[in-house]
Amino acid sequence: MSIFNIVIAGVGGQGVLLASKVLAESALAGGMDVKQNEVHGMAQRGGSVISFVRIGAEVFSPVVVPGSADILISFEPLEALRYLHYLKPGGKLVYNRVTINPSTVAAGLAKYPSDVEEQIARSCPGAQGIDALAIAQEAGNAKAVNMVMVGAVVKNLPLDAGIVENVVREISRDKGVEVNLRALAGGAAA
Amino acid sequence: MKKIISGNEAIALSFGDSGGVFASGYPGTPSTETLEEVARLGGVYCEWAPNEKVALESAIGASIAGGRALATMKHVGVNVAADPLMTFTYTGVNAGLILMVSDDPGMHSSQNEQDSRNFAKFAKIPMLDPANSQEAYDFVRYGFEISEQFDTPLMLRTTTRISHAKGIVEPKEKIPPQIKALARDVPKYVMLPNFAKIRHVAVEARLLALQEFAETTPLNRVEMNDTELGILTSGVSYQHVKEAYPNASVLKLGLVHPLPEQKIREFAGRVKRFMIVEELDAIFEEQIRAMGIRVDIGKNRVPLCGEVNADIIRTAGGDQVFAGMAPVADLPQRPPTFCPGCAHRGLFSLLSKHKVFVSGDIGCYTLGALPPMNAMHACIDMGASISAAHGIAKVNDMAGGREKPVAVIGDSTFFHSGITGLLSLSYNNGNALVVIMDNRTTGMTGGQENPGSGRVLMGQPAKEVDIEALVRVLGIDNVVTINAYNLEETEAAIKKGMETPGPYVLIDKNPCILRYRVKQPTVVVDPDKCTGCRACLKAACVALGLADNSAKPKVQVDPNICNGCGVCTQLCKFDAMSEAK
Repeated sequence: MSIFNIVIAGVGGQGVLLASKVLAESALAGGMDVKQNEVHGMAQRGGSVISFVRIGAEVFSPVVVPGSADILISFEPLEALRYLHYLKPGGKLVYNRVTINPSTVAAGLAKYPSDVEEQIARSCPGAQGIDALAIAQEAGNAKAVNMVMVGAVVKNLPLDAGIVENVVREISRDKGVEVNLRALAGGAAA
Repeated sequence: MKKIISGNEAIALSFGDSGGVFASGYPGTPSTETLEEVARLGGVYCEWAPNEKVALESAIGASIAGGRALATMKHVGVNVAADPLMTFTYTGVNAGLILMVSDDPGMHSSQNEQDSRNFAKFAKIPMLDPANSQEAYDFVRYGFEISEQFDTPLMLRTTTRISHAKGIVEPKEKIPPQIKALARDVPKYVMLPNFAKIRHVAVEARLLALQEFAETTPLNRVEMNDTELGILTSGVSYQHVKEAYPNASVLKLGLVHPLPEQKIREFAGRVKRFMIVEELDAIFEEQIRAMGIRVDIGKNRVPLCGEVNADIIRTAGGDQVFAGMAPVADLPQRPPTFCPGCAHRGLFSLLSKHKVFVSGDIGCYTLGALPPMNAMHACIDMGASISAAHGIAKVNDMAGGREKPVAVIGDSTFFHSGITGLLSLSYNNGNALVVIMDNRTTGMTGGQENPGSGRVLMGQPAKEVDIEALVRVLGIDNVVTINAYNLEETEAAIKKGMETPGPYVLIDKNPCILRYRVKQPTVVVDPDKCTGCRACLKAACVALGLADNSAKPKVQVDPNICNGCGVCTQLCKFDAMSEAK
C-alpha cells in the first residue's frame, strides 16, 4: 500500500487540529500506520494553519511535501488557494465556501480576492466547494464546521466511514456527540 | 495498548512509566505540552517554574534528593538555564536527570533557530535525538539509565516535527518510582574551586567512557543497503532520508553526542558516496571532518537554515524532485493576530496612534509589531523589554530631544525575567514607561498557569502574586492600574506616564479571553451612521470587514467572530457601532 497524503488547511480557531485527530485516530483504529503533524503555538490566533495526515503500511516522514497530496481539505477558500500547490496532479480538493477575512484584509491593507472560487476552479478542475457553515449551523453548532468537512471527505479517503463515526463519538464531549454526528452526516450528504 | 500520540505526550507518558518523580519546566513552543501531559496523566509531581533556570535548578535538587527528574524547555530556554547546566555537568547526578529541550528549525514559533546540539557538546554531556514518538518514549527510559550509569545530566532533544507530530506508540512495562538516599557528598556537590578541579577531570573521563558506549549502543544503528550512497543522520531527518532514498544505506544516530568515531569511519568506508543530513548547524560534519573522514555531501548542499524535507535531501543528493504546480502568487497574507476580544488590542491601537518607541517582549503582544499596528520596535528575548528600554532611555537622554521609551511586557514574561530589569530601571534612575499586560496566564503558549494565576500546574490553588505591590517594593512610586478596554482612560494614563520623568508603571488586569473563555456581547454596525471612513479598521480585528466592493464600502462585523471588546466602537467617530441587543 502506498502512502496516502492528506493536507488540511484553515484558519486558527476553526478546528483543523481536531479534524486531523479524527482522521489519524481512524487510521490507527483501521490497523494502518499513520503520522499526523501540524504546527501550532500561534494556531489559535487567526493565522493560517496547515496540518498533515499520512496513512499507509509504514509511514516515515510526518511532513507532506508540495506536489504530493492526494487530497487537500480546506476550511476556507483563500487557504485552499494558498496550499493548492501541495496537491499532486489529479489530486482532489474539497473546500468550505465560507470566507474569513485575514487580519490584513480586515485592516484594509489587502483585498480578499473576489474571484477566489473562479481561481480555484481554474487551477483545480473538479474541486468541490461546500457550504460547511450552514450545514454546521443546521447540525446545531457553527463551530462544527470541522466535522462537516471530515464528513464530506471520508468517501475520498482510505478510511472506513463506520470507524470515523466511532472515533467522533469517542472524542466528542457529552453534549457535542449528537451535534458532531449530525455535522458528519450533513457533510457526507453535501 | 497502542496509542497515537505526539512526541511530547510520549515523553510525558514515559517519564511516569520510567520511575520519574519530579518534573519542572517553563512553557515554550514546541515543548509546552510535555509538562501539561505529565499533569493530565497524574501520579507524578510536576510544576511550572517561573523560568527555565529555576526549573533546571529545582530538577537538580530533586536528583540530589534521589528522585528521577525532568526539566522541560524550548531551545532558547536553555540559554537561561545554561548557568546551572554548565556546573551541574561537573557534579553529576544522584538519581537520573533529563533535560528535555525542543528546537524549532524553521522558526514556526520562535525568535531564533539555535541548535541545541551545541549545548551537549559545550556541557560535555550525552544527548539523545529521537526520530518519532516511539523513540521519544523509549529514549526517556534509556536516558535515565545512561544518566545514572555515567553519573551525568542528559539532554533529550526534540524538534518541532518530533514534539508535535503524532505517531503510534506502544508503551513498555511501568517501572515503579524509587527514591534513593539524599546525597550528602561535599566534594561532589559543592563546586568550590578545589572540588571543581577534581570534578572537571571526572567530566573528561566520563566523556571518553561515553564515546566507547556510543560505539556499541543499539541507539546508534546501521541499516546496510545499497552501498552507492550512505547517509549519516538523526532525529526527524532520518524519516525524511527514508522517504528521499529508501534504498540507501543509513547510519542512524540516536545518541548524537558524543559521536561513535569507529562506527562512522567504518560506515563511511563501506559506501561510495558518504552524505550527512542534519538540520541547522554542521555539528556532525565538523566533528567527522576533524576525524579525517571524507564527507562527499554535507552542508555544501544541505541548507544551514530552516527544516529539511525529502525534496531538499534529494536535491542535495543531485537527484530530480517532482515539481508540482507553483504556489499561487500575491495572495493576502494571513498572519496570526490578537484574538477578537483581547485587551492587547486596546493598548496597541493607542501605542500605534501616538507612534511612541516600544521596546517589546516575548508573548502574544509581540504581534503588535505587525501591520497595521506597527507598534513595536525591538524584541529580543524574555524580559528584555524593560532592560532594553532602560538602555534606550539613557542614550535618548544623552542625545536630547527624544521621547521616553515604552516597554510592554506580559505577566508571565515579567515573572520570568522582567523583575530584575525593572529593579535596574528603579535602581539606576531610569526613565521609561513600563506597561505590564497582566492577563493571569502564559498566553502565547496556550494558557499555562504562572505565579499570578492563583493555581499551580497540578490544579491546586496557589498564592497569587500582587504585581502592583511587587512593583512598589522594587522602588517604583508611580504605579497605576489601567483598563486597556477603555481607550480614553488608557490614553490619559499613557500621556501622564510619558510626561512624568522617571520610571512609571501601568498595569492592565484583564484576563486572557481565550484561556478564561470570556464572552462579551458582540458589536453591530448601524449602516445609516457608518460613513465608510475605516477608522475602526485600525483595531486590526478579523471580525471587521468591508460590506461590499463599492468605492466607499461600509464596515460590517461578523457576529461569529466578534467578542465585543468595544475597541472598534470607541474608534468610531460617528457613533455607528454599538453592543448588539
